[in-house]
Amino acid sequence: MADQDKKDPLLEKRTSRRSFLKNSGLTVGGLIVGGAVGTLIGRETNETTTTVDPKKAPTPQGDGKANPNAALMFFTPNQFDIANAAVERIFPADDNGPGAQELLVAYFIDHQLASGWGMNAKEYMSGPFYPGEETQGYQGSLNRQEIFTVGLQAIENHSKEKYEKSFVELSGEEQDAVLTDFQDGNVEMKGVSSNYFFNLLRSTTIEGVYADPLYGGNANMAGWELKKYPGHQMSYFNMIEQEEFEVIEPKSLSSQHNH
Amino acid sequence: MATTLPKTDVVLIGVGWTGGILAAELTKKGYQVVGLERGRGRSTSDFIMVHDELRYALRYDLMQDLSKETITFRNNDKMRALPMRQYGSFLLGTDLGGSGVHWNGQTWRFLPYDFQIRTMTEERYGKDKIPEDMMLQDWGITYDELEPYFDQFDQMAGISGEENPHGGKRSNPYPTGPMKHTPVMTLFKEACENLGYKPFTQPSANLSESYTNPDGIARAACQYCGFCERFGCEYGAKADPTVTVLPVAESTGKFDLRTHANVVEILHEGNRATGVRFIDVQSGEEFIQPAEVVAVTSYVLNNVRLLLQSGIGKPYDPKTGTGVIGKNYAYQNMCASTTGFFEEREFNVYAGAGSLGMCVDEFNGDNFDHSNLNFLHGANIFLGQLGKRPIQNNAVKPDTPSWGAKFKEESIKYHNRSISFNAQGASMPFRYHYLDLDPTYKDAFGNPLLRMTYDFKEQDNEMSKFMASKTEEIMKEMGASEIIVMKEKGPYNIVPYQSTHNTGGVIMGDDPSTSALNSYLQMWDFENIFVPGASAFPHNSGYNPTGTVGALSYRAAEGIDLYLKNGGSLV
Ligand SMILES: Cc1cc2nc3c(=O)[nH]c(=O)nc-3n(C[C@H](O)[C@H](O)[C@H](O)COP(=O)(O)OP(=O)(O)OC[C@H]3O[C@@H](n4cnc5c(N)ncnc54)[C@H](O)[C@@H]3O)c2cc1C
Ligand code: SF4
Repeated sequence: MADQDKKDPLLEKRTSRRSFLKNSGLTVGGLIVGGAVGTLIGRETNETTTTVDPKKAPTPQGDGKANPNAALMFFTPNQFDIANAAVERIFPADDNGPGAQELLVAYFIDHQLASGWGMNAKEYMSGPFYPGEETQGYQGSLNRQEIFTVGLQAIENHSKEKYEKSFVELSGEEQDAVLTDFQDGNVEMKGVSSNYFFNLLRSTTIEGVYADPLYGGNANMAGWELKKYPGHQMSYFNMIEQEEFEVIEPKSLSSQHNH
Repeated sequence: MATTLPKTDVVLIGVGWTGGILAAELTKKGYQVVGLERGRGRSTSDFIMVHDELRYALRYDLMQDLSKETITFRNNDKMRALPMRQYGSFLLGTDLGGSGVHWNGQTWRFLPYDFQIRTMTEERYGKDKIPEDMMLQDWGITYDELEPYFDQFDQMAGISGEENPHGGKRSNPYPTGPMKHTPVMTLFKEACENLGYKPFTQPSANLSESYTNPDGIARAACQYCGFCERFGCEYGAKADPTVTVLPVAESTGKFDLRTHANVVEILHEGNRATGVRFIDVQSGEEFIQPAEVVAVTSYVLNNVRLLLQSGIGKPYDPKTGTGVIGKNYAYQNMCASTTGFFEEREFNVYAGAGSLGMCVDEFNGDNFDHSNLNFLHGANIFLGQLGKRPIQNNAVKPDTPSWGAKFKEESIKYHNRSISFNAQGASMPFRYHYLDLDPTYKDAFGNPLLRMTYDFKEQDNEMSKFMASKTEEIMKEMGASEIIVMKEKGPYNIVPYQSTHNTGGVIMGDDPSTSALNSYLQMWDFENIFVPGASAFPHNSGYNPTGTVGALSYRAAEGIDLYLKNGGSLV
């Protein structure tokens, strides 16, 4: 079947949503009302993104069911969208294989932020706080949840200032330009430098590409496959001396737990 | 308020490598030993789910909880010291077995030169060779005197290896043969041989073959699983206290282990310790454990802190150069990091072990002439194949951005096509590098944090440049098409991981005015306190510390036995 012949799922979704909206009593004169749920539906209806819809990624079990892990523990849907767009610029889909969106990296980040790590639980967060030298490391009082909240908002504000558009509406090149401003530390942020936030976003993205899928990213171990990394294997005793490169089918920790 | 427990012969503050060795040796001799460990118990069964890079390597699952206790740091005493809020430069172990559970197992004996460094340096180059602010001093013990204790550690742990052509004399060969050689190691080995060096296999506490030690403890061979340093070994193949010395101590029936027991003070009357005060961190209850001998075995940083906090020994004052506790803090000069790219070959680098590798020692210690060089000592050049895990390893060519399409493409392409190694340089002590108590920041119990004042010096930078010229040459010889070498050292920065080889602060020596301990690791002015650990090193060598820490622990065990029999100062 030729590509054009396939039904466009995105279009289909839009049509059905539109008719749903019409009949749902959530619109008044074409504008959406209905509080948080209403805006949620509206937001999805206005979606123009053409990248992969991560929510439709199959479960790791490959049973065709929707992935129950693809839901939010910390981000608001709006924050999620910004993060989801940003991670794809950091680790984009290309000929080598999937990018961060398809690997569900933004979900990984969301779940990590909801954990003790997001609240810097095992880190020294007592005052007094002083700026300090670079050699002394992070000295801010914001935890990672707060940094992401401030940072994603700053991405949005900076996009609007620079291009008069939301970050998610920008072209790839424009998104890169915004992120580069953060990387270079050129964006004013309260409590943390934009460069610190960018580095955190970058490192967490890479974690989400390659961490065991049990954390919600690295969907289907496709991140590992990019690097021909076998994940969890019991032993390499019999091949450690081997000359030829060997691609081993990756295994995640779920294979260890459920065997 | 505090409950006083029955008196014991020996109390250990912390049960990692040093505490574990003392526990085994002293209970075997019939003494009653109480081990107080602030963390939880540990065993191999904790590590069924251990092949998890995020949890262990990046979220530091096995490390000390910094929200409760950390250190403060500054590069020099003009700066305000600020807390190490997150992990970076070094990692601190906790729980039974301490850092011994999640170490690599690279096991060295320091060189004969190390133990007599001042004497031998002056003999060869004259007094002027040593800069005035470099606090170089002899250790009060020689390699030959320490050799039997090195041997004890090797036999206990089953160290795998082959003769180091530049090492000190050994009374016994390595108890197990060298680890297997991978193609990457062979490439390095041949390149070094072509350059006229004598490469040898990294001595390893990851067992190359199954082994039964003199205590009858049997362990399996390493599986090269690639999750070793920062991780625990689910096979028990990596020598750690929980699979070697602690089962021996337990089998004697004389070892009373108390976990969740955080020691906050060493109690003393006059120049004699009477015991320790600790808090059960689960119940919040406070206890006093009286003891005949107090062994401070809580890793370098807490060894220093507990002594200072308890008012034991004379604190070091860099202005006058007097006092000893906190003096000669040194580190490790990890330098000359070199990455080579190989377009044509892919290597199975996902496999590996914590101390799998090849090294050369031609430029370590005083194995080469320093007459025309502006640094002392040297480095072990080491290529390790530890298991290249994907989150932390993303080598790309110079000028490649750190994110985006190009980054992705290269970090994937070169994951199995690049090789890195570096030089592990010695770290010399300087007058203004020291440890004391922080005036501002406190731990969870309200006690002051330890304050570290430390920076890299010209010595480190000069060594780095020299080593970089050697590592680059080796990498070229290995046939890399493109090479990145880090030549210069910036200031010491607590953010990037470098090494958990903190040393000094409670140093050994032959003179009570310049050292805290005698050659039995016994305090000069508190005869019933023994402080084994890398805190006893007057400087740090171009090697990992634990082989030498282990030897000093066996020496201390003998000292404690002698003291309990005869009393008094042992030297
Ligand atoms: C990732 C990593 C890799 C390493 N690799 C190597 C290597 O390859 N080769 C090498 O030679 N060395 C290596 N090391 C260093 C090695 O682990 C240490 O040298 C060794 O464990 C030191 O023994 P120790 O007994 O002094 O401290 P530890 O083994 O850390 O034990 C100290 C114990 O004291 C406890 N403690 C601390 N304070 C208190 C208190 N107040 N009350 C009660 N208990 C307390 C701690 O919880 C801990 O269990 C590595 C370290 C790390 C972190
Ligand atoms: S590499 Fe070897 S010693 Fe290290 S954890 Fe794996 S099996 Fe154990």
